[in-house]
Amino acid sequence: MTGLAVDIRVEFPGFTLAVAHRFEGQGLTALFGPSGCGKSTLLRVIAGFEKRARGDLSFGGEVWLRGRRSVAPHQRGVGYVFQDTRLFPHLTVQGNLDYAHRRARHLPARYAFDDVADALDLGPLFERDAATLSGGERQRVAMGRALLARPRLLLMDEPLAALDTRRKAEILPYIGRLSAAFAVPVIYVTHALEEVTQLADRIVALEAGAVAAAGGVAETLERLDLAGVQGRFEAGAVLAGRVATQDEAMHLTRIDLGSGLALDVPEVRLNIGEPVRLRVRARDVALARERPVGISIRNMLEARVLRVEVEENTAYAEVLLALGEQHLRARVTRAALRDLDVQPGQTLVALIKAAAFDRQALPRA
Amino acid sequence: MGTGQAMTVPDLGPLWLTAQLAAVATIILLLVGTPLAWWLAWTQARVKPVIEAVTALPLVLPPTVLGFYLLVLFSPDAALGGLWLDITGSTLTFSFTGLVLASVLYSLPFMVQPLQAAFEAVGRGPMEAAASLRAGPFDAFISVASPMALRGYLTAVVLTFAHTVGEFGVVLMVGGNIPGRTRMISIQIYEHVETIDYAAAHTLSAILLVFSFLVLLAVYVINRRFPIHAGLR
Repeated sequence: MTGLAVDIRVEFPGFTLAVAHRFEGQGLTALFGPSGCGKSTLLRVIAGFEKRARGDLSFGGEVWLRGRRSVAPHQRGVGYVFQDTRLFPHLTVQGNLDYAHRRARHLPARYAFDDVADALDLGPLFERDAATLSGGERQRVAMGRALLARPRLLLMDEPLAALDTRRKAEILPYIGRLSAAFAVPVIYVTHALEEVTQLADRIVALEAGAVAAAGGVAETLERLDLAGVQGRFEAGAVLAGRVATQDEAMHLTRIDLGSGLALDVPEVRLNIGEPVRLRVRARDVALARERPVGISIRNMLEARVLRVEVEENTAYAEVLLALGEQHLRARVTRAALRDLDVQPGQTLVALIKAAAFDRQALPRA
Repeated sequence: MGTGQAMTVPDLGPLWLTAQLAAVATIILLLVGTPLAWWLAWTQARVKPVIEAVTALPLVLPPTVLGFYLLVLFSPDAALGGLWLDITGSTLTFSFTGLVLASVLYSLPFMVQPLQAAFEAVGRGPMEAAASLRAGPFDAFISVASPMALRGYLTAVVLTFAHTVGEFGVVLMVGGNIPGRTRMISIQIYEHVETIDYAAAHTLSAILLVFSFLVLLAVYVINRRFPIHAGLR
């Protein structure tokens, strides 16, 4: 009985959260959905903060909630990284870290204080007051503090939501490494697709208080696209690959997608061979019958048409393509579809501008 | 002796007795008021407004009314007073112990209200954070909520002490005016005025005036220094 078995129900006036799902006991699971869908409430139920929760909750076979009987939050061993960090204002950074460390010292150690401080670069912050930290620094301290309590399960509630794009890019790699480096399963709440793509091993999508889809990132996002949950604007596909070569002069990185396919993307600061995941929005993909010449677009990939979906009463259609073992979606006009005479089974050239990957690629820990 | 006469050195006994009474009452209120304020800050019980109203009663009740009921309650004929007499062999009325009990009730809102406001200002968030770091509720109260509510504590202690020092009606009703046992500074002043010893009344009044001013000054300085939103409501 590994992982977290959830079968719970919380009733609010006008809203009911009812979730039955088994979360994996390792890696990072993204709990994804629009605001107000119940993601944070589910996280609070798992932590034991939601007193109205009814149902069953067990972790690794240990019962946390059954009916109305509930194990107190501090006895669950659940770490929690809050969106607003909740660092203790009366303590320094060191004080905040020690607070967690002191209360978990008696537990079997998988890692030491310094491992956490080093992994998150907390050393230079020790003497600072929590109030003087920047948003990104606060989140790093909050993650360190949560890890030092040696949690059996780490919950993260939109830790990047309050940060600007640059700070997000700073923090993302730390989060990406966390689950594997400290051998702790993570449930990560977000409504940002790029965070899901870059961080998650699995995704659980919530919609209106219930699980809409769950599974691997690429196929689940694809299913959500089909269901129209994302909205057509954001629809797309996830491609996994490895860093093949670095062109330092041109600041380009070539990603090997397997099956003899490769993508050029703006410079990703990773070593050769490291895994990368990219999300390609359908609207960033164009189609051609033949490889065009004299064009600025770098990426021209041969892809086989799997399915064509015409959006009634709009100008658009979506084409699902097979790119080796992986999938790609293209959003084109119905007129183009007619002119190119696109049919399932046909091989086309998918065109993707390198600029479509701006600030996206990150290591998969 | 007229009002224009210079201040003389009066008997300072009542001053020390008053300080003792205020100190003991404040310590007891700190112990009793903290859990009450904590409960009021977080309970969703329906009786909450009732308890809040009872706690605030001494703010609006004439001290003589409170004193009168306490006198009735403390009298050896009443259940409480009789029980006390049986156990300790002395009466609650006209005793220091009786005054301490009366002061605790009289000053209750001055301890509970700033603390409750401070706890509410701290909020549940830090307590949840502490729980997620394996701190039990009592641990979290001591290590997180209390230090974060420190300003509320300072305000509550200072106001409780000062308010107890200044009480008159309740003291007179319950304690009477026994030198060395129940004669408090406010009553001493009253007595000096009654006997037209204005010089002595002057001295004690001036001491109380300066003391009260310093106390309030302390409260407002505390409120400025700690930018956490807590304190008086």
